[in-house]
Amino acid sequence: MTEAALPSTAASPWAELWRDFRRNRGAIIGLAVVVALVACALLADVIAPYSPSEQYREATLRAPSWEPIDGNCFLLGTDPVGRDVLSRLIHGTRLSLLIGLVSVGLSLSGGVLLGLLAGFFRGGVEFTIMRLMDIMLALPSLLLAVAVVAILGPGLMNAMYAIAIVMLPHFVRLTRAAVIGELTKDYVAASRIAGASTPRLMFDTVLPNCAAPLIVQATLGFSTAILDAAALGFLGLGAQPPTPEWGSMLASALEFIQSAWWVVTLPGLAILISVLAFNLMGDGLRDALDPRLKR
Amino acid sequence: MTMALLEVEDLSVEFGRFRAVDSVSLRVEAGEVVGIVGESGSGKSVTALALMGLIDEPGRVTAERLSFDGRDLRTMPVAERRALMGRDIAMIFQDPMSSLNPCFTVEYQLTETLRIHEGGTRRALRARALDLLRDVEIPDAQRRLDAYPHQLSGGMSQRVMVAMAIACNPRLLIADEPTTALDVTIQAQMLALLLKLQRERGMGLMLITHDLGVIAEVAQRVMVMYAGQVVETAQVPDLFIAPRHPYTEALLSALPEHNIGQRRLRSMPGVVPGAFDRPAGCLLSPRCSRVQPRCRTEQPPLFGPPGQQARCFFPLTEASR
Repeated sequence: MTEAALPSTAASPWAELWRDFRRNRGAIIGLAVVVALVACALLADVIAPYSPSEQYREATLRAPSWEPIDGNCFLLGTDPVGRDVLSRLIHGTRLSLLIGLVSVGLSLSGGVLLGLLAGFFRGGVEFTIMRLMDIMLALPSLLLAVAVVAILGPGLMNAMYAIAIVMLPHFVRLTRAAVIGELTKDYVAASRIAGASTPRLMFDTVLPNCAAPLIVQATLGFSTAILDAAALGFLGLGAQPPTPEWGSMLASALEFIQSAWWVVTLPGLAILISVLAFNLMGDGLRDALDPRLKR
Repeated sequence: MTMALLEVEDLSVEFGRFRAVDSVSLRVEAGEVVGIVGESGSGKSVTALALMGLIDEPGRVTAERLSFDGRDLRTMPVAERRALMGRDIAMIFQDPMSSLNPCFTVEYQLTETLRIHEGGTRRALRARALDLLRDVEIPDAQRRLDAYPHQLSGGMSQRVMVAMAIACNPRLLIADEPTTALDVTIQAQMLALLLKLQRERGMGLMLITHDLGVIAEVAQRVMVMYAGQVVETAQVPDLFIAPRHPYTEALLSALPEHNIGQRRLRSMPGVVPGAFDRPAGCLLSPRCSRVQPRCRTEQPPLFGPPGQQARCFFPLTEASR
C-alpha cells in the first residue's frame, strides 16, 4: 500500500466553496450586510429603541438627531404620526426577510418540482408546463403580481403568494435546463442500471447536481422578492399601514418628500442596501459555484 | 448446459424510421467473454442499452427473445427487472469522469447499490466498500472511500465504476468501451483487472469496443457489427486468422500492425450509412472493394452455422483472401 497523499484539492467541498467565495470582495461585503440584516431581524425587539407602533404625538416629523428632546432621542427622526423611524426600519427587516424567505421557499419548491417533472417526462408534460411558464414570463412581473393580489385580496401573505408565483417560471426553467443537462451523463444511466426508481433518480441522483444554479437564483430571488414586496406595499397591495413594512412606509410618507426627507429616504435606502447586499452575495455565490467561471 | 446466461434473438431498436440495431442475435454463456466490435455508429452501445432496458421514448425495442438465465426480460414486471439489474446484470461505461455522481463520496456511491439490493449496517457496508476498492486494486483504498469523484483520476474513477458494478456479484457484466477514455498503460491494467475479476467470479462478460487488439487479447467469441447489423460472428482465433466478411477483413487490414513498412494505413472509403442514405442491397456495398451486382440489389442474410456466421453472398475463402 503506497502512502501517497491525496492532492491538495482534497479539501471538503464547503472549504473549497468558502475559498472561492472569499476571493470576491463585493460578495464578502454583501454577506456581511446580509448577516447584519439577519441579526437585526432576529434581535429586533432588543435592538430597536422604541416600539414600532407607539406614537409620540408631541414629536411628529422630528428630524434625525443625537440630541434627546423631552427625554426621547430619535436617531433617525420620527414619521408623520410620531413613530420612531429607526425602530420601524429594524422591525421592517424582519418582514422583508420573512417575505424573501417565504416567497423564495414557495417558489423554489414549486419550481423544482415542476422543473424536474418537465425535465424527466419530456413530451406532453414538458410542453404543458413550459408553455404555461412562457405565458407567465410574457407578462410584466409587477403587473402579474398586482393581478394575483387583486384576485387574492391585499395583505402581506397574499403578496408573498403573488411574488412566489411571479418568480416561479425562473426556477422551473432553470431546474429543467439543469436536469436535461445532467440526464445525458453516464452516472444517471449507471444509477438506473443499479435499479434506481424514477423518484429516486429525480430527487437523490439528479437534483443535488442541479443545486448550484438554484442556490444562486434563490439568493438573487431574495432581493427580487424584497423589491417586489416593497413595490406592492407602496401600491397599498402588500402589508397594510400599521405594519412597519419598508414599501408601505415609503407610500405613507410620500407627501412629505419636500419637507421631511428622512421619512422617505431612509426606508428607500434600507430597500436599496438590502437588495444590493443580496445581489452581491448571489453574484459571489455564482462565481464560486459555477466551475466555468472559476479562475 | 443448453441454457445460456443471456440469450437474445432478433433484437431491434428503432428511433422513428431509423433502425439503430437490426435483428441482432447473441448469447453469452456463464463465465464467457464475448466481444462486440464495430466502428462508431454501428449500434454496439445501443444494443447494450437495449439489453439493460435503458432505451427511452421515442426509441422502440423489439425482440423475438430476450432472456436472462431463462427468465424473459420482456414480460418481467418493471420492479422485478429493476431488482435484477444492478444485482445480476451490471454495466460499465465509457467515460469514467461522468459515470460517477459528482455530489457524493465514493463510499456513498459504492454502498448505494448494496444498501438497496442487500442491506446491512453502516459499518458492514463500509467494510464491504473497502474490500471492493481493494479488489479493484485502488491504492490507498481506505482514504479513497471519503473522496469525491473530482478528486480521482480517470483511471481511478474507472476502477471505482468497476467496483460499483461488481458490488452485488453480478453474473453478467456489460462493459461499454471500458478502456477507450484511458491512456494505453492504464488500458492494459484495466483489461487485466476486468479479466481477473471475470475469472475469479465466473461472470459472463460482454465487452464492447472498437479496438480489435482488445478483443484479440481478452475475448473468446466475437461479433462484428456494422450499421446496426451483425456482419460476422466467430471464435476469436478464427476471426483473426481467417475473416470471412469483407468488412472484418478491412478492419483487420487497417490495424497498424498489418501496415508495417507502408507510408499510409490502409483504410476503407466512406462512412457508416445513416438514416437517409441506406443502400438497397448489402449495407456495406457502397464501401466494399469486392462488391458484385447482386450485392447492390439484395440484402444478404447471415450464412453459416451458429457461431460462425457471415452476412455476405461472397464470403472470403482461403483462395480469395
